[in-house]
Amino acid sequence: MDPSTLAENAAQLANDAQGFAERAGALAQDATQLALSQTAAGGDPFVFLFTVFVLACFVGYYVVWSVTPALHSPLMAVTNAISSVIIVGALIAAGPGEWNISKTFGFIAVILASVNIFGGFIVTQRMLSMFRAKK
Amino acid sequence: MSASLTAFAYLIASVCFIMALRGLSSPKTARMGNIYGISGMVIAILTTLTLPSVTSFGTIALGIAIGGALGAIIALKIAMTALPQLVAAFHSLVGLAAVFVAGAAFFSPEAYGIGTVGDIKIASLIEMSIGTAIGAITFTGSIIAFGKLQGILPGKPLVFRGQHMVNLGLGIALILCVIWLTIAQSDTAFWVIVAISLVLGVLIIVPIGGADMPVVVSMLNSYSGWAAAGIGFTLANPALIIVGALVGSSGAILSYVMCKGMNRSFFNVILGGFGGETATPGMEDLGDRTVRQGAAEDAAFIMEQATKVIIIPGYGMAVAQAQHALAEMAQVLEEKGVDVRYAIHPVAGRMPGHMNVLLAEASVPYDVVFELDEINSDFSSTDVAFVIGANDITNPAAKTDKSSPIYGMPVLNVEESGTVLFIKRSLASGYAGVDNPLFYEDNTMMLFADAKKMCEDIVKALKGGGH
Repeated sequence: MDPSTLAENAAQLANDAQGFAERAGALAQDATQLALSQTAAGGDPFVFLFTVFVLACFVGYYVVWSVTPALHSPLMAVTNAISSVIIVGALIAAGPGEWNISKTFGFIAVILASVNIFGGFIVTQRMLSMFRAKK
Repeated sequence: MSASLTAFAYLIASVCFIMALRGLSSPKTARMGNIYGISGMVIAILTTLTLPSVTSFGTIALGIAIGGALGAIIALKIAMTALPQLVAAFHSLVGLAAVFVAGAAFFSPEAYGIGTVGDIKIASLIEMSIGTAIGAITFTGSIIAFGKLQGILPGKPLVFRGQHMVNLGLGIALILCVIWLTIAQSDTAFWVIVAISLVLGVLIIVPIGGADMPVVVSMLNSYSGWAAAGIGFTLANPALIIVGALVGSSGAILSYVMCKGMNRSFFNVILGGFGGETATPGMEDLGDRTVRQGAAEDAAFIMEQATKVIIIPGYGMAVAQAQHALAEMAQVLEEKGVDVRYAIHPVAGRMPGHMNVLLAEASVPYDVVFELDEINSDFSSTDVAFVIGANDITNPAAKTDKSSPIYGMPVLNVEESGTVLFIKRSLASGYAGVDNPLFYEDNTMMLFADAKKMCEDIVKALKGGGH
């Protein structure tokens, strides 16, 4: 390898290195920004979940007040059915392959929640199908 | 499915659940709402099944099949009059499911990514124990409510000395156990929390009387929501948190509406003891006044001559299963050109909206059924108020007698109508233990009979009379 090629390669390398350094700098900046924005949005996942919870309470408040009193019984039945979405937790517990105490608990919870899901939606449907306007 | 996609699917499910409640703002949109609810549930379940840790589909399918079949059979067979106890029973299942899910998370925290056995995140432990406690209280509380509604347990409140102190003591013990659990992470602490909560659930509901059950059922509805939300925090699952919050606020609002319907504070109802031996019967001076009695033929004649009739149903109609006979009577009257409407008091029956469902079952169109506020000013221009199975909600003493236990409770102004027809089995006082001065009014005619039998006899008289 002759010295001029060597020098050329070295210059090339130096150039590349500078490019990388620049990119690393930009990345670091991005990371800082991301970290900052996460702190601003409430870093801890609990705070995020709690935000969802409080907003959902408000949504629930306004939506439920708009329910006509005549349909308060179906409201109870349907809220009962949808609160069985707790089956999500039961499925995770019952999901793994080998049987242990958690899987047993999960399996029982799947049964309990399913009674509610099917029972709740069917009884709501039965009630609602009876509400008819004057012909 | 990637984590983002999963989160997105749960979001769609949550929106479906909100739409399910929103649909109930009118009977026209309600059925669509129920379909939204079902879709949300299907999305939530399918999404969970795509999680990599969930593999034993056979077990899960078996669980859903057993539970689903049971639920479907119960829901299809249940009589509409038994709805309140059905709802109470369903609440107990949600509560118990919450306890089991929390237990599963406690014994296998790895599955939920909240730590390892003996080293679970403190925040998760607190959320878990709140979910467990509320779930267990909901479970036994709902069983007691079910027993009272079904008539297995006595409807009258069970009170004993120092009851509130015992409850308070248990409440404090519960909080101490939660602290114990977060520090020691011991199995014993978990089971003690479950045990105390189960006992507390029983003790909270036993002092509450049968007719206060609308509040209790709504309250337990609310609890089951908060339990779900508590578990949602443990699982870091926004869908569960959103549903929990929706159901929790729904139950709370219904409890509020019921309490307002009785002009009593929520705590007054919860502390219990109302409507048992402890209630003081006022108005005894009215005891020797005379009442005007009538037969089915008299009632038929009076209503036939009327132009406007308002029917006021109460829990007694549900007990006597009189809704079909009543609807037939109303139909015959309508054919004779009488304008028949229904007035529903917020606390009529044993759960919110109970009367509306029973009338709907008897094919009464919902647009002739009105709420207290909508119809109360119309009684003065009405010829006949037909009270069937209701009592306290028509008691004018609530407006005038400050010593009455039900003073201040909003009541239907039935006494303003031309004639009050009042079906009742005997002169016994209503649930609140208060005599009803309405019985002794000059324009009141008492029809002493079983509600269903009386309606059938009136129909016979109306048809037989022929005009």
